Amino acid sequence: MMRRVPPVSDQLRALDSARWRIAISLTVAMTVVYVGFILLIAYAKPLLATPVTDGLSLGILLGALVILAAWLLIAVYVRWANRHYDTAVAAIRRGAGPR
Amino acid sequence: MNDTAQPNIIAMGGFVLFIGLSLVITWVAARRTTSTEHFFAAGRSITGIQNGLALAGDYMSAASFLGIAGLVALSGFDGLIYSIGFLVGWPVVMFLIAEPLRNLGKYTFTDVVAFRLRQTPVRVASAIGGLAVVAFYLIAQMVGAGNLIRLLFGLPYETAVIIVGVVMLAYVLFGGMLATTWVQIVKAVLLLGGAFLLAMLVLLKFSLNPLALFAEASRQYGAAVLAPGRLVSDPLDAISLGIALMFGTAGLPHILMRFYTVPDAKTARVSVSVATAVIGAFYLLTFILGFGAMVLVGQDAIRAVDAGGNMAAPLLAEVVGGQAFLGFIAAVAFATILAVVAGLTLAGAAALSHDIWVSVVRGGHASEREQFVVARLSTVLLAVASIVLGIVFKGQNVAYMVGLAFAIAASANFPALVLSVFWRGLTTRGAQASMIVGTIATLLLIYLSPTIQIDILKQPTAWFPLRNPGLVTIPLSFAVGIIVSWIAPEPDAARRFSEVEHRIHFGD
Repeated sequence: MMRRVPPVSDQLRALDSARWRIAISLTVAMTVVYVGFILLIAYAKPLLATPVTDGLSLGILLGALVILAAWLLIAVYVRWANRHYDTAVAAIRRGAGPR
Repeated sequence: MNDTAQPNIIAMGGFVLFIGLSLVITWVAARRTTSTEHFFAAGRSITGIQNGLALAGDYMSAASFLGIAGLVALSGFDGLIYSIGFLVGWPVVMFLIAEPLRNLGKYTFTDVVAFRLRQTPVRVASAIGGLAVVAFYLIAQMVGAGNLIRLLFGLPYETAVIIVGVVMLAYVLFGGMLATTWVQIVKAVLLLGGAFLLAMLVLLKFSLNPLALFAEASRQYGAAVLAPGRLVSDPLDAISLGIALMFGTAGLPHILMRFYTVPDAKTARVSVSVATAVIGAFYLLTFILGFGAMVLVGQDAIRAVDAGGNMAAPLLAEVVGGQAFLGFIAAVAFATILAVVAGLTLAGAAALSHDIWVSVVRGGHASEREQFVVARLSTVLLAVASIVLGIVFKGQNVAYMVGLAFAIAASANFPALVLSVFWRGLTTRGAQASMIVGTIATLLLIYLSPTIQIDILKQPTAWFPLRNPGLVTIPLSFAVGIIVSWIAPEPDAARRFSEVEHRIHFGD
């Protein structure tokens, strides 16, 4: 399945680094949010039991916010990928000419 | 529900209707399923929204619908920990896996790991990890199916397992990935619609304010139901389970396989967005269903029917919508089980026929006709195995089996997959060692854990303190892959990495 490919250009290498930087930063952000939530559950039970209003504890509020954070991080990635990444890939492809 | 052994006419009707509908889908899909590419990847013809719904359908198992609703109903806040853990894996799939996977592979995640390495050793190791995950997940689903159908329809356990196995086989065998995808879509829409309707009927009693419902729960059962309780007692155990759920999602073969059904990487991106939106909305609804059942059905009434709380959602449906709505929810639960089992079977069949038979036994040279025949034979084999395993493992704890499947997926499949697309230095031996050590270490540490040693074997102590080994086995598997690759570099594999770098972005 291997075939000859042109050497990876500097432009592609730069795009590659940018993609992985974004991917890893966002993965780390999700991990921090989620593991932080679990650590609060494990070590700060009374804090999470604090009522925010009638019927809403801080724990339930933060739990719903973790789900919102997952949505938000995905939205950040999709926005970046649609606006910058796709156009950059298309530009490099045009620059490389038909293969 | 007077007695669970009483079959409900509407539930039966819904059940028969859904089987009929899946057979119609199968009949239409069968005429288009004419090649291996159609059988495993639906001819790459699925749209982003369709695939997003199908991913959600594959992921929202009966365990999450009935199990989590039950857990919340019986233990309040603690049940929500699972809802959240099952969602946070999806961003990881999006950022690290979905697009590279689509651009580098053909039918299985193994294609990606093996892309620039020596085929045979990598395919064998990876198929072992993949099949181990499929086997444990399949056992969990079949055992859950047998129990639920017995409770919902009053059929004997073994009969229920055989019906699920045979109906699933019929539509996977003839309709392949196209039928499986459409059954997932129908199921995802029914499940989300059913959960939404049920939540609305609950909230109507609380002037559409979820907080009024939570407040009523805390009035009836004490403020403790809104706070963390006994479920998470050991912090390390909690983190270990949490990261296994988070990174396990990105190593589930039946989920990863779905990214090959779409035409390109951008569509894969749309699929994950849709799936995450749907799954997140569904898990938010489980907050309302769980507390709704706690308040409107009552914990004692739920425990009286099933000690594990699995019947909380159906009981709630009966209280707010009568027999008809109970029947509808029961039929949705059945559809859920059938669809998840089908997705798993197809992923297992792809590992057996594409990775083992075609790539290893035949060295990559098998005629299209032979591939298609072997794919279908593998499907039959897996369906029979799932029925047998379902009957043999009767009475096993379902949630525990699912946890096991996620732990193996996170430790055996995820590290090798990430290293193969990220790191130029990964070698054949490194990938092989990472996957084998990941699988064996996970199984071994689970055997030595308190769950097996203390709860099942009744030993006084357990050698390994954690119930879920992810915290140890995920880093271990990464470390083994990296160290083995460092010790003996593979210049060929490193040189071919530029092909990987190219295809990750361009797809060809």
